[in-house]
Amino acid sequence: MTIPETTQLAGRKRARANNWAKSVLRFLVIIITTYLGLLAVTFFIGRVIPIDPVLAVLGDRAPAHVVERTRELMGFNKPLYIQFFIYVRDALTGNFGTSVLTTNPVMTDIRRVFPATLELATFGTIIGSLFGVPLGVLAAVKRGSIADQIVRVVGLVGYSVPIFWLALLSLLLFYAKLRWVAYPGRIDIVYEYSFTPVTGLYLLDSFWQGQWDVFRDVFRHIILPAGLLGYFSLAYISRMTRSFMLNELGQEYIVAARAKGLSETRIIWGHALRNAAVPLVTVIALSYAGLLEGSVLAETVFAWPGLGLYITNSLQNADMNAVLGGTIVIGSVFIAINILSDLLYRTLDPRTRAR
Amino acid sequence: MMHSLNKHVRMLTAGAALSLILMAGAPAFAETPADTLVEGWAIDDIITMDPGEAFELSTAEVTANTYNYLVRLDLNDTSKVVGDLAESWTVSDDGLTYTFKLKPDLKFASGNPVTADDVAYSFERVVKLDKSPAFILTQFGLTGDNVTEKAKATDAGTFTFTVDKAYAPSFVLNCLTATVGAVVDKKLVLEHVAAVTPSDEYKYDNDFGNEWLKTGYAGSGAFKLREWRANEVVVMERNDNYYGEKAPLARVIYRHMKESSGQRLALEAGDIDVARNLEPGDFDAVSKNTDLATTNAPKGTVYYFSLNQKNANLAKPEVAEAFKYLVDYDAIGSTLIKGIGDIHQTFLPKGVLGELGENPYKLDVAKAKELLAKAGLADGFSVTMDVRNTQPITGVAESIQQTLAQANIKLEIIPGDGKQTLTKYRARTHDIYIGQWGQDYFDPNSNAETFTVNPDNSDEGKNKTLAWRNTWDVPKEWTEESKAALLEKDATKRAEMYKDLQKKVLEKSPFVIVFQQTEVAGYRGKVKGFKLGPSFDTNYVFTVSKD
Repeated sequence: MTIPETTQLAGRKRARANNWAKSVLRFLVIIITTYLGLLAVTFFIGRVIPIDPVLAVLGDRAPAHVVERTRELMGFNKPLYIQFFIYVRDALTGNFGTSVLTTNPVMTDIRRVFPATLELATFGTIIGSLFGVPLGVLAAVKRGSIADQIVRVVGLVGYSVPIFWLALLSLLLFYAKLRWVAYPGRIDIVYEYSFTPVTGLYLLDSFWQGQWDVFRDVFRHIILPAGLLGYFSLAYISRMTRSFMLNELGQEYIVAARAKGLSETRIIWGHALRNAAVPLVTVIALSYAGLLEGSVLAETVFAWPGLGLYITNSLQNADMNAVLGGTIVIGSVFIAINILSDLLYRTLDPRTRAR
Repeated sequence: MMHSLNKHVRMLTAGAALSLILMAGAPAFAETPADTLVEGWAIDDIITMDPGEAFELSTAEVTANTYNYLVRLDLNDTSKVVGDLAESWTVSDDGLTYTFKLKPDLKFASGNPVTADDVAYSFERVVKLDKSPAFILTQFGLTGDNVTEKAKATDAGTFTFTVDKAYAPSFVLNCLTATVGAVVDKKLVLEHVAAVTPSDEYKYDNDFGNEWLKTGYAGSGAFKLREWRANEVVVMERNDNYYGEKAPLARVIYRHMKESSGQRLALEAGDIDVARNLEPGDFDAVSKNTDLATTNAPKGTVYYFSLNQKNANLAKPEVAEAFKYLVDYDAIGSTLIKGIGDIHQTFLPKGVLGELGENPYKLDVAKAKELLAKAGLADGFSVTMDVRNTQPITGVAESIQQTLAQANIKLEIIPGDGKQTLTKYRARTHDIYIGQWGQDYFDPNSNAETFTVNPDNSDEGKNKTLAWRNTWDVPKEWTEESKAALLEKDATKRAEMYKDLQKKVLEKSPFVIVFQQTEVAGYRGKVKGFKLGPSFDTNYVFTVSKD
């Protein structure tokens, strides 16, 4: 039986629309379950941590009757399921409440701390990929050589040395001894009251406003933490690049390319890396997302007022509003980056484009 | 094409590396501005700047520099007070009414005049808000219903305060030096009050500016508060309306820095002028550096550990006494707390009226074993201790663990975050708690009450003193003596009563007080006049200048 061509076409169109609707639906379901999961987890954490959240509001020295009254005002003596219901309802209406630690609305706080982390993570990832990918390629091509060994050692160190230790040592060397970089923090006190950030990305803001001395100062502050984070993502990226490249270099199309007489450079950079780039994008995106969570230890050592430090402080003080807000932001970042890397994937790999 | 990509990558890499070196390699010119004092300090305890609500140590210093009170501690003799906004004061013959005359022509930073009405409003809002430090005022019989009558302005320059019992005047005045007694600018605060729906818990229709004052400022002190960003920075600027001598510096900035080592690095590099949280090792290094100077002052905070009497072993009096012999005070004093504390075994800290200052206990394992045998515990026992993860507490706890082991007591240390251990302590579910106790206000009653008063030892007890937290049924006569001392007008007799109480607690209580905190600071040589006060709310920066 033959089907008329028009029907066939319409059917294909319908199928494509169906597919599209399906993937959007699947995407929505993923987002909703992720968010609900996040809410449940943060709620749960907030109730099981052995810290009385009233202490966060009142400090260590509040007398007993004030503690009791505040507990009631905060609704902590209501049944758990009612507390959870209130919690979800508030979150759904975009009301994350006020951070008890900073007394600001949580979203205001996050708008202030997130750019700091974004700037640091972006810079770190750029450094990490800029150096990590070529190093990984080098190690794969010169497999077993001294260069390979060095890259592997560099990667191993980046993998196994605790970041706070390296951070402290590098502070000691580059800040205290050599005086190459500036003191922890984002910007010098001198500029704190003469420079008005717009986006909160200080490098960008000072560049845009043409304030070169501020730009220089900000750069001197960010370079060490970004360099360190970059080093850690470099360790990961170079290792992954090496193994992806080794995999590609063993493929038959490489042999074919060599047989065609292509130059080695072209084979490595044009053919092998181009194919290795597909999984590499995921690796870089994940490492970027990891940094965007806010590297707690690096932010602590470098007094970097970012998201990681904010959430840690909040968690230690049982400031659950802030923790929830921060977690939602991180969740959103992860989802966004996943989508982004999916899109990139599609442009890089023709096979994954919708048929 | 791929060739050029390769080139590109190489060029980019080289370019990036080069620019890093160029930009970062420029010589550093770390120096704080000449008119600004920058202090590195752990200020993460700050949760509010409202003097009617704040009860944290870091906030106390900021409030002390930005607000004025009726009276302040006399720094030359801390058992006395001197007038701040008050020019003079009298106490009525029945000991119930205190009348304060304000200094003339006082102004707030906003330009508004300081009047007795502002003082009355400051009292009113503290009592009605009833936040953490409010008890310092409400213990004189003030309630939301009577405060406007008991604390009122009789004319623009006269404020009267009526208390419910004929307390020792030194007690009343000492309490008024607490930061909760800070006078706020009524007119300014009224511009920022938020409406509140009255409820059973809170009967008033407005918040007395509490929400705004959490980050706002309405004072008259030598400095005005410009900004507080939690866990980041506190910025104060000179107040030109201050009645006293104007501060030499235009600006004081407290930068939040948690780590001692980080503070030391920044101090050595000149990025901060003062480092406030130096641990013994770093303090030692700073004091050896010729560009830097150090200072210190004993503070009203004692470090102790306490035995929960719910634990049957710990409840035996011989065990409590044995523990006092099982601390290596000498070793702790000469190493763990060197420079940042002094061995101190009685509950009143140095500098407070009635301080005893006797340290009779020494490490004596044989004696302790004897006592344990008497208690039927010759073979020792196992017990836990909740320890917060900060120095010097962790170190001291480990030292105690070792010395206890010599008498066969197996101590298990349960490490935790400060708030975590405190939550457990308050719930009375600990065995042994180690921590510090800071005076709530600069008067012997603050510590005497918490160490010797426990009217209701049940879990429902309302007065949750340290004695209550450790389930210690304090002998009735002690509680009586403590309360009587509060009403003793003769300061010398009052002091004697506290000395007697300290002796009793030293001998027979589940508290082992180990040392008193010394606050230390390291600072750049060009900083002049930097001093730490006897309490956290007397660390003044308005006398500091820079060369």
